[in-house]
Amino acid sequence: MATKRDLRSLSTLLTPSTLFLGVFFLGPLAVMVIFSFLEPGIYGGVVWNFYHWNYGRILGWADGEWEDFDPVYIDIFLRSVRLALTNVGITLLVCYPAALWVSGLSVRWRTFVVFIITLPFFVSLVVRLFCWVLILRPSGFLSTSLMGLGIISEPIDIIYTETAVLIGMAYILLPFMFLPLYASIEKLDHSLLEASADLGANPFQTFWRVILPCTLPGIAAGAVLVFIPSLGNFIVPDLLGGAKVMMIGNLIEQQFLSARNWPFGSALSVMIMLVMFMLIVFYLRRIGRSEIVR
Amino acid sequence: MDSIAEVREAVKRFPAPEGGVITALDNISLNIQQGQFMTLLGPSGCGKTTLLRAISGFEDLDSGEVRIAGESVAGVPPYRRPVNTVFQNYALFPHLSVSGNVGYGLDLARVSKTEREQRVGEALERVNLSGFDRRKPAQLSGGQQQRVALARAIINQPKLLLLDEPLSALDRNLRQSMQLELKSLQHDLGICFLFVTHDQEEALTMSDQVVVLDHGRIEQIGPPEELYHQPATRFVAGFIGDGTLFSGTIENSAEDPILVTEGGLRISVANGPSVGTNATLIIRPEHLNIAPQEHDNSLGILDAVLEQSVFQGATRQYVCKLANGASISVSAAGSGDEALSSVNTGDSIRLAYRRDTPHLILES
Repeated sequence: MATKRDLRSLSTLLTPSTLFLGVFFLGPLAVMVIFSFLEPGIYGGVVWNFYHWNYGRILGWADGEWEDFDPVYIDIFLRSVRLALTNVGITLLVCYPAALWVSGLSVRWRTFVVFIITLPFFVSLVVRLFCWVLILRPSGFLSTSLMGLGIISEPIDIIYTETAVLIGMAYILLPFMFLPLYASIEKLDHSLLEASADLGANPFQTFWRVILPCTLPGIAAGAVLVFIPSLGNFIVPDLLGGAKVMMIGNLIEQQFLSARNWPFGSALSVMIMLVMFMLIVFYLRRIGRSEIVR
Repeated sequence: MDSIAEVREAVKRFPAPEGGVITALDNISLNIQQGQFMTLLGPSGCGKTTLLRAISGFEDLDSGEVRIAGESVAGVPPYRRPVNTVFQNYALFPHLSVSGNVGYGLDLARVSKTEREQRVGEALERVNLSGFDRRKPAQLSGGQQQRVALARAIINQPKLLLLDEPLSALDRNLRQSMQLELKSLQHDLGICFLFVTHDQEEALTMSDQVVVLDHGRIEQIGPPEELYHQPATRFVAGFIGDGTLFSGTIENSAEDPILVTEGGLRISVANGPSVGTNATLIIRPEHLNIAPQEHDNSLGILDAVLEQSVFQGATRQYVCKLANGASISVSAAGSGDEALSSVNTGDSIRLAYRRDTPHLILES
């Protein structure tokens, strides 16, 4: 039981963070939700009239015209979800073996490798993505080196495709998958693997029946950490996807900066926030709880 | 009797953290017979766990071989060896229920669902855990986790069950009841148990054969009674049971041999050893009693001063100081106890032992 004294010191300690979150997070969030129900102004800004067609437009009926059904925004949203999920899959497939390998190294090497993996954070994201533009463009490093090796005869046109976007997104989000995976693989009790082998499981069966289930919380944490920034990302599709690969993040960015339709941008933001919120609730209920029980 | 497992001239060396090598197994040979409860006993670092892991397949030998059921298992991975292990920290799978843990080996062997249910039920019943099958390991007490680990290891009906200090994490009362349970479980199942411990009491309670290890070498193999009454080396004598060791040289006085220690103590011993032999005598507390008034040639006498008397429940332990300054414990029985309890601390007493009782270890 917390005493009065504890409560007082606790509330004193929590006041700054509460104020900060209240002013800079919940406030803007409320503004966004309110804006999403207002009419767009012609030159930007909002007109203070209740207007629910921002949401109607997301679903395919713009401005209350029931006849013109055009689910273009749903398509963009679904593409974003598909790309984000694919990215989760790619980062998982790349990071899991890597994390397994790193956790088997000596302590000194482990620290070094983890440092190397976090190293790219020291360089600006935009700079790193421009490097990928230089690598992936037809006259870039990838095409010229493959041609130099005689593997291909013509430059490959990979930039401004979904593939390029996926490469870029996987690249920037790899550490977010690697670190939680590594943390959960590293704390895996080695004697469990011996117990499994002792009871007759070959290495593959041990992986499938012990290592994978025991590291599920790490997989889930990594998946959430990669999925959320992937879904809302607009820099990568902007630089590597060109005009061809539009994701929900680009759409929102455009609504605020180019189309000057703040209410529609707000409605889109509210929608992806709801999707992410549901995802996190699902995560906490299914996997988060099982980890607490341990 | 059939040999279930055999270790031949096993040698294993590890690089020591501070450089150099540690010899964990130094030319170890032993033979485990059908139906035996064998214990590897020794202080930590004596190589007992390494030996166990060499049999289960988690450690490769530098030389020598392990044979299980007559066949060499060199190069055979742990998952193909017909042995199962109860691990020191139990190593239960945290994501699986009790039933999932116990049935793990059966699931791997793709045993049919009905047979699996039945065998898991039987195994849990054997360890008195019926009805716990849906719990997670985290919801069990230490003793219950121990039982799950045991059920999981016996369900595959191994030829040999390896137990790596499985009782060390339990409290004293639970440990003692588990010792007896393990012993009767082994008897009922009829499979060999190879039990590793550093606790001599555990080893004496449960084993048919005890292997005493020190510094990677076998000091002695034998049944508990033999280790206690006829220890082969100073190490075994000091490690098993209480008692005081006296080292010295045999000299002959008038008719009977006397062990003269470096401190100048003269202790008469049984006939047998020739004059000039170096030997160690072990006198256990129960060998000693208060000396009778009349002279008895079959008794050896030690002059001592009573220092302390310690109540231990069923018995009383008397700590006495000998002429050379060494302490010796006495746990006198019957009338001797009464006589001793009337002695004040600081008083001189005469302790007597039957000359042929304490064991004399001769050094070559």
